[in-house]
Amino acid sequence: MLDDVAIRVRQNIGIVTAVLLFSILYLLYNLSHPKGFSSAVLVQNGDEIFALAMLAMAQTVPVLASGLDLSVGAVMTMVGCFASYLLTGVGAPLHLDIFGLHLGLGTFPGGMGGILLGIVICLATGALAGFVNGCVVVYGRIQPIIATLATGAIYIGIALFLRPTPGGKIDEDLNWALTNSLGDFAQTIHIFDDGAAPWFAPVAWIPVPFVLLVLIALLVWVPFRRSVIGRAVYAVGSAEGAAYMSGLPIDRAKIAAFTLAGFFAGCGGLFLAIQTSSGNADIPQAGAYTLNSIASVVIGGTSLLGGTGSAIGSIFGAMVLRVISFFFRIFDIAPLLQPLFEGLILLAAVSIGALGVLRVKNTLELFR
Amino acid sequence: MPDAPLSQPAFLTLSGISKRYAGVRALEGVDFACERGKIHAVLGENGAGKSTLIKIIAGVVQPDTGAMRLDGRDVSFATPSAANAAGVVCIFQELSLMPDLSVADNISIASPPRRFGLIDARAQRRRAEELLAVIGCEDVNPLMRVRDLPLSRRQVVEIAKALGKKPQLLILDEATSALTSADVEKVYAMLARLKAEGVAILYISHRMHEVEALADRASVFRNGRHIETFDKGRRSTADIVQLMIGRDIATQYPPKPARGSPKPVLAVDNLSWDKSLDCISLSVGAGEIVGLGGLDGQGQKSLLLALFGVLRGVSGQVTVEGREVRPGSPAAAKSVGIALVPEDRKTEGLMLPMSIADNLVIASLDAISTGPLVDRVRENDAIKRAIARLQIKIGAPGDAVATLSGGNQQKVVLAKWLMTDPRIILLNDPTRGIDVGTKQELYRLMRELADQGAAILFYSTDYDELIGCCDRVAIMYDGRIVRELEGDELNETNIIASALNIDAAAPDSPGAAHA
Repeated sequence: MLDDVAIRVRQNIGIVTAVLLFSILYLLYNLSHPKGFSSAVLVQNGDEIFALAMLAMAQTVPVLASGLDLSVGAVMTMVGCFASYLLTGVGAPLHLDIFGLHLGLGTFPGGMGGILLGIVICLATGALAGFVNGCVVVYGRIQPIIATLATGAIYIGIALFLRPTPGGKIDEDLNWALTNSLGDFAQTIHIFDDGAAPWFAPVAWIPVPFVLLVLIALLVWVPFRRSVIGRAVYAVGSAEGAAYMSGLPIDRAKIAAFTLAGFFAGCGGLFLAIQTSSGNADIPQAGAYTLNSIASVVIGGTSLLGGTGSAIGSIFGAMVLRVISFFFRIFDIAPLLQPLFEGLILLAAVSIGALGVLRVKNTLELFR
Repeated sequence: MPDAPLSQPAFLTLSGISKRYAGVRALEGVDFACERGKIHAVLGENGAGKSTLIKIIAGVVQPDTGAMRLDGRDVSFATPSAANAAGVVCIFQELSLMPDLSVADNISIASPPRRFGLIDARAQRRRAEELLAVIGCEDVNPLMRVRDLPLSRRQVVEIAKALGKKPQLLILDEATSALTSADVEKVYAMLARLKAEGVAILYISHRMHEVEALADRASVFRNGRHIETFDKGRRSTADIVQLMIGRDIATQYPPKPARGSPKPVLAVDNLSWDKSLDCISLSVGAGEIVGLGGLDGQGQKSLLLALFGVLRGVSGQVTVEGREVRPGSPAAAKSVGIALVPEDRKTEGLMLPMSIADNLVIASLDAISTGPLVDRVRENDAIKRAIARLQIKIGAPGDAVATLSGGNQQKVVLAKWLMTDPRIILLNDPTRGIDVGTKQELYRLMRELADQGAAILFYSTDYDELIGCCDRVAIMYDGRIVRELEGDELNETNIIASALNIDAAAPDSPGAAHA
């Protein structure tokens, strides 16, 4: 059985490296932070990590099927703009002004019910955007990178239409409950004696974003990976011809990969809107998130050629990227130097994965 | 001669099956039947139509005409999975495994065991272990990624994957070619068990001794036609070789000059690489065309790639005009005067979207440049000369090379290399998929180049071509050169016999059949 463990470690060496790298960096960070190892620091870090971690998971799925998704940042932004209308917590009439027409859409409910409905609509919007991406790629027979470049521009367009200027006011309780510790969460929604129950104390310090991250990974990613369609996604990325010859549903696998990417990106957008209490069609931010999601995927040990890797690795990849920027804060490195350091670290992480090239015996294989 | 009768109702019957690829006949009016509980060998030389036959049976391609009956019912399979569902399972020569997935994943890929709707990893692993045990290869850990297995183990996984589909008709297409001899024994035992269980087995192999050991019946194919089917022991090896050769339409070849003993330009000594080249020694003289023959995949392509600097970890010695060379890349090979017309002209030979002119000069830019700049006058001059010399039929030199016919594309590849003034020309099956007229032009050109002092090493899958063009032919089998043929010895019977690595002498010499 020791054999099996060794095999698993070797096959997941990319993820193991990312986890180790993150653990070391985060330990160093806490050691050098004046308030290190405190709930406050953890909470702040959790809030900063969550959206990128979601986008990294989103990017992983199409990459596993050997396609890049350049629209994840756009989907995140668009869903955030939707959220800024739907999660206000107060019942409000919605209307659409388009081509000089004024369309009333009825009144959106307020209160807890309204917020839950809004969350469902936001996540469904993200998944729908991803589904559209998948259909364009599969039925339009367009390469993913260019298909999602185009649809990404459309999603940004919708976001700009919804929020020409930043705005909206997301429910304050929702903001407070989701961006702090479990204790604050319980207090805000009045459960477990407002969070004061004695049994609850040992876990009250855990930041809510971490809990959400673990829940999404366990309830969405793990079942997906172990489903037949998830297996087909890996197979398509590994050898599409062999997957076809084995009778796998190739088209459905690709559509599922992009749909799941849209869903994860939607989760990220939802959280970002809640965290900032507003919607903002920020184009540079969307682009930066997309590129960072690709970097996270690579650091997390997923091959851009597809077929091997995991969204869990990408979460750690995203955390590594974020921790690097935390360091800039405590060591007071000029913000203008940050991209330089991020680039160097990314290059170093990716070089490890390229070592396999040295073992190739037929150099023609490098070009296939 | 009429085919031997079946001893029981046929399990699979093909009648009148024909298939053409882009106008080229692959199968023509084939009638074929096989029965349960028998191992049925399918024989034929390269391009005889065996692969097309099994692809049709396995649902990979659809026949143009003809009907297929399985177990008394008319069937036609639109996809490989439809064939699998009907119990027809094929182990293909090109492996159908996904390299990044584990052995267990691959074996159960089509219908994994599930629990609560999700794949049950533990059950899947048990299943893989059971199937591997059936073949007697318990040493393969189901957790391993296929990518990390050696080729022989991958083939074992491929066989286990096929067994997992509970085949009624199992097709093995050269499925033992990469196996170690110990594994081959285990596979034989497994086939014997399947046979006893009433599974129909189609067995395609180029190894005659395997066919002799295993097959109950054999069918010979030639040029897309079914020639004859006979029971075990009814035909000698020499008869079978004769059936495989048949008669061919003669092609015109340029006359071979009388041979002296030319000074070797290229000398190869004890060249080995990985598992596909084993102590190759060979020399090619100035003005000589030396053929590389044998069945597909016996190391001929690797030999050409090794000489052209593409392979890493090559051992042995290569000398060009007496000087030892060790090219580490195609660029280095080019600088010592070696040229290669590669296997796939569309991906390795040409840059299809670029113009004919750009493709022609791409390997010899040094010769037409002054410093870093390409001299347009000399470039145009060189292009004109090349087009005239090879009589390439083109619209304008600025057209994309993709617009040319296959034959003219191949001429562009050759012309590109001739511009570098190579001393050694390596040709990897250059006439494949080319019309007869252009083929003859290429043959003439090869002889012309040889007469001007080039040394040519020429791999071809067409035996007729090797006999017609080459001064000498080296036959490869399993990474070794098993025989060199020249003069009167250079005939089809000897080529095929050496290619199969059997000792069949010419059929007209009496008593040779049992040698």
